[in-house]
Order: sequence, then C-alpha cells, then structure tokens
Amino acid sequence: MHEKKMNDTCKELRKSVLDMMHYSKSSHIGSCFSIIEILYTLYFEILNTRPANLNDPNRDIFILSKAHASAALYATLAFKGFFPRGWLKRYYIDDGILPGHLDRDAVPGVECSCGSLGHGLPIGLGMAIAKKTKNASGKVFVLLGDGECNEGSVWEAVMFASTRKIDNLVAIIDFNHLQGMGADVIDQANLSERFSAFGWHTEVVDGHSIEALSGALLSGSPGKPLVIIANTVKGKGISFMEGKLEWHYKSPNDQEYEQALRELEKS
Amino acid sequence: MRTTFINTLVELARDDPSIFLITPDLGYAVLEKFAKAFPDRFLNIGIAEQNAVGIASGLALSGYKVYMYSIIPFVTMRCFEQVRLDIAYMNTDVKLVGVGEGYSYGPAGATHHAIEDIAIMRVLPNMKVCCPGDPYEVRKIVEQSAEIRGPMYIRLGKNNEPTIHNTTDNVTIGKASVLRSGEDFALVTTGNMLELGASWVREWEAQGYNPEFVSMHTVKPLDKDIITSLIARNMNIIALEEHSVLGGLGSAISEVIAGFNTEVKLIECGIPDIYSHYVGSGKAIAAHYGLFQIPSVKDVGL
Repeated sequence: MHEKKMNDTCKELRKSVLDMMHYSKSSHIGSCFSIIEILYTLYFEILNTRPANLNDPNRDIFILSKAHASAALYATLAFKGFFPRGWLKRYYIDDGILPGHLDRDAVPGVECSCGSLGHGLPIGLGMAIAKKTKNASGKVFVLLGDGECNEGSVWEAVMFASTRKIDNLVAIIDFNHLQGMGADVIDQANLSERFSAFGWHTEVVDGHSIEALSGALLSGSPGKPLVIIANTVKGKGISFMEGKLEWHYKSPNDQEYEQALRELEKS
Repeated sequence: MRTTFINTLVELARDDPSIFLITPDLGYAVLEKFAKAFPDRFLNIGIAEQNAVGIASGLALSGYKVYMYSIIPFVTMRCFEQVRLDIAYMNTDVKLVGVGEGYSYGPAGATHHAIEDIAIMRVLPNMKVCCPGDPYEVRKIVEQSAEIRGPMYIRLGKNNEPTIHNTTDNVTIGKASVLRSGEDFALVTTGNMLELGASWVREWEAQGYNPEFVSMHTVKPLDKDIITSLIARNMNIIALEEHSVLGGLGSAISEVIAGFNTEVKLIECGIPDIYSHYVGSGKAIAAHYGLFQIPSVKDVGL
C-alpha cells in the first residue's frame, strides 16, 4: 500500500514536470526525472521541513544546487503544500512565478537561490556550521549533479566540512553520468572513493529506490559529513528519454508529450 | 586602518552576539584578537575563497552578521561570482572587508594590487561600497555597517595611515564628509587618497585659493546631493582615487554630472588603464608612472 502510494506520487511528480516543460516549451526534463525519487524520499520520508516551520531554526534545510532541475523541486513543493499547485503553470513563462533557476524570493520552500553550479554545497556548509554554533538541531541536505562535481568550489567545501567534522551536512550526488556535452568529460568513476579519501561517510545506492535512499539518508558516522552517491538514469521513466543527453536541452513536442504521458500512466 | 577595523569589530562583537568573522587564511597578526575573544564566531576557512563566500552566505542566511576579511583581490575578484549570487543577488548580510587598496601592497606585485575592485563591486545591485580614508572613517563606517542589513564592501588601506579628520567630524555612510568648504573648485577623494588630498589642499591654500575638500568615503550609494551642490555652485571637480580611472569614484561622479546641462569640468586623478610592472612601494610606483600629480589651478579652470 505504502509502496503503491510512493510510486503513484512519483508518477504524479513526473507528470507535473512533463506538463510544465511542455507548456513552457523549456527543458532540463532529463535532469528533473533523474532526481524524482530523491526529492520524494527527502520531502515525503526524511525532511522535517513543512510550510509551517520555515522559520524554525531546528528544521531540516534542503538546497537544490543543481538548480536547472528546479521544475522537479517546484512540483514537489507544490505537492507538499508550500504553494498552490496552480502556480506550476507559471514556470519559465512571461509574467511567471517560477524561474528556470532558483530564486529564494520566488516562492516559500526555496531556501537558497541557485543555478550557477558549485554554489549550493558551500552555502549549505555555512548553514550547517550555523546550526552547530547555535546548538540547533536538524540537518542540511544539498543535492548536486555529478557534472557539478567538476567545479572546484565543491571540493573546497568537501575538504572544509570534514576538517571541521560537520556531521549535520548531507550531500547527495545525482550520478546520472551525463553532463553538458556528454559522458566521461571528467573521469568520476571513483567518485565515492574521492569523498572517502576526503574524510566523508560514503553511501552508494540506487537513486531510484526510495527504500535504499531512505536507509542511506538515515545512515552516517558521528563526526563525518555524509555523502550519498545516488546512481540514477537521466530521463528516468520515459523510454525515449532515458540515458539520452538531448533531453537536457529538448522540450517535448505534442507527440512526444502524449507518448510520455501514456508511458507514465501505464507504469 | 586594519588595526582600527579589527579593534572596532571586537568592540561591536562584545555587544552583538550575531557578529561572525571569517577569513580565507589571511590576517596573521591582525585577526587573532577577535579569534581569541570569540572563538565560536571566528572561522579560518582555508585558502578557498569561493567556499568562504558561500559559507559566509550560509551563515548570514542563518541569522549571523558576517564579516569576511582578506586582501582585496581575494575577497572580491577570486570569488566574484559567489559575491554576485551568494551575497548580492540573495541580499545576504555579509560585509566583505578588503585590505590593500590601490598599490598598498606595492612591491608584492600586481597580483596583490587592487585597482579594479571599486568598479566591479559597485556594479552589483544591493552592494554598498565604502572606502574609508583614515582610521577615524574606518571606525565610524565599521560601527555603522553592523546596523545596516545587507551586502557591503569595505575597502581598506593597510596600516599606519594618519588621521586626517577631527574627532568631531560627521561621518555617515552614504553621505559625503566635507572637510573644508570652499568656492573656487572642489577636491573629492575616496579611500586613502584623503591624506594626499589634504596636502594638496594645504598647497592650494598657501597659493591663496579657496578649494572645497570632500571625502567620498561611500562610493555607493554615492552622495549625489553634494555633486549636485558643486554643479549648482559652478565648481569644477577633481576626483582623486587610488583605483583605475575606469569605473571608480571619478566614473561615479561623471555619471551624475552627465545628467546635468552644465559646464562643470571633471578632472580624474587615478590609475590609468595599465598594470604596473615596476617593482617598488606604492609611492614609488605612482612616481614611476607619474600618477597623482597635483593638478595646476590652470587645469582646474581658474
């Protein structure tokens, strides 16, 4: 029963994103579909973050650092009641409410403006340090792309977080193996070993398994920041989008939209 | 100036538990006083300026008033996009404090000079830009900075600058300080050029002229009223700054003048569009390139 609800919700989130992309003729749909289960797990299973506690210093904080996948976060936040679901129609259009990349002034629930890669982890680290300094509870979760890990600023934060034993910081890497212009631009086969070498507690999981993600998000070691390498498929859930770089850029036309919708409804 | 900065910040932090100081590993023999007094509110991030600005933003989003201290190129340029997004765009309460304006780090070389920073910082929406001219202005500006929420860049010299102001002078962020009222023409300085400007004023006085002397310690928001007043009084303006003539104080003043139908002339005394390859102190570099020569009253249009 619970499993059916999880799957149904993830399906609804994908349908919302598909609608938004089709309606606004925008893209990054592949990047959104690789993180649906991650966002579901965070917002429906893990985070102590609700519309009512956004000013509570003890809440959990989530930062979507790979903010080109903003549509997936908007859909999730709307499902959780942070703002009306009707606003999803006003993504990436004239007189819109929801920008393509995140603006924390836009809607409740967006904790950090992001869009240029490599910014979210340092900011999340600052928030995690502030929690420790103020003896506040709650954790800070930052979702990054594997391509984003090309950025030097990510590794600056990785080194400092472990040096200072910031164990209320959790990084999740959406490891979909495709970045701007393809695969293997930077060799990251040993990404988890790199994090381990820098002193992080590392978990490698199936990024589309809510059970595996939940377990990993609840794990960790005292005194160590936690990273979850989530193995994902770009465009997950739509046969003709899975693992295809072009769906970083393309918006579904009417025919592709109908087919994607049919596939989601059958799944 | 840097000693005054840290002494003032330590005093403020005693009464204000939200003040936090971070550095990307610069400030040896300067910041220790703060680190000792408030170990929970001081962090050395390591030599990683992008991460330092991100952490500053995260701390500010969590309620701290964050001061980030380093040498100017490393607190403005190395991490410029982080400053743009994590501080200016998100309008976070972070004060960037840079030491070494202009050629203060003279013989260290151009990597450590700061001749472009006012231009790139003042173009950022939400960012205020303060360039105090002496220890008195540093104290006043740092004290007021803690009361003004939002991004600010505070540009400092190094150490041992003389105090030019009287201890009763009014120094308010966003409002120029008039050190001497005059009628013939006006000298407007920013930052540590206050000292040189004061010597020029003495020389002009000895020649029998009556110049107005203005310290523009806040380049943004620029005190447009004082410029408007000088234009109304038909006084030519000399802008003196240890910064490129592109984009600094002189440019900011010219942007105001451009809005008027006026004959008032602007004489820009700054650093030309070049990098220094000369080895020597700031004063020696300026002498080598023939910079900061006192304008003749003929140039000023008298």
